[in-house]
Amino acid sequence: MGLDAIEVGVPANVGSHTFEADEIVRFAKKYDPQPFHVDEAAARASHFGALCASGWHTCSIWMRLTITNTRKNGGFSGVSPGTKAIRWMKPVYVGDTLEFFNEVTSKREMKTRPGWALIEVFSHANNQDGVRVFEMESTVLVPLD
Amino acid sequence: MTDTPAAPLRAFEDFAAGESGTLGTVDVTHDEVVEFASQFDPQPFHLEEEAGKASPLGGHAASGWHTGSMMMRLMAENLLNISRSMGSGGIQDLKWLKPVLVGDTLTAGYEITGVRPSASRTDRGYVDMKLQMVNQRGERVMSFLCTVIMGRAA
Repeated sequence: MGLDAIEVGVPANVGSHTFEADEIVRFAKKYDPQPFHVDEAAARASHFGALCASGWHTCSIWMRLTITNTRKNGGFSGVSPGTKAIRWMKPVYVGDTLEFFNEVTSKREMKTRPGWALIEVFSHANNQDGVRVFEMESTVLVPLD
Repeated sequence: MTDTPAAPLRAFEDFAAGESGTLGTVDVTHDEVVEFASQFDPQPFHLEEEAGKASPLGGHAASGWHTGSMMMRLMAENLLNISRSMGSGGIQDLKWLKPVLVGDTLTAGYEITGVRPSASRTDRGYVDMKLQMVNQRGERVMSFLCTVIMGRAA
């Protein structure tokens, strides 16, 4: 993809996902087995008040939706050196539907890696009540045509 | 046989800047790499060896989100679940420094950089920490900063 084809400053809706109890528990048992992510009774007794998803699960769903969206609608892909910030602003509870958005905030050709661009992306997700629950500032290295 | 009472959970008051240690090790297996990538990050270099070798990652590589999730498992098992963890609001400066390849063994470590009581809530404080994962060659493969919300004992 050419650098000119990458649009800056336009949030793209990359899709939605509803978090069900069984998948919340399945992910958390494997990757984030804190009581409020794996056990409904423990979650009810906690400050969260109910079973909620691991923040890493939210990020993993973001990744899957982003890839699916790129394959369906076109766009860039590459490798990421990391993320500047991930904010899990509000709990994601059973039955919550999150709508995810990605926006390129900057793009530039890398001087240190000819033929590659450094793209910065701001992502966010709102739940079904329109409440923002997730934000992320990340970087992608994209090979240019 | 006598029953030993379970050790009490570590509370906010029990943490201090300067504490550091390991959180355990994990083997990066082919099956787990493919299972995670199939579900959450189905890019070719995470799914198969040939594509991985042909990619900038230089081999069949785990998704960075999988590496983060493996770290989270070790953190939960060996630090958070023996403390009054109330979760975390996020992480900063997550860096995927080197590819994590099938067959690697990763060792997780932490360092507490600060402790801050909550200004508004008497039942909790904040424990700031640095996390990292190092592979079997001693190379740092991932690092990030995280603040854990920690319940107070009293």
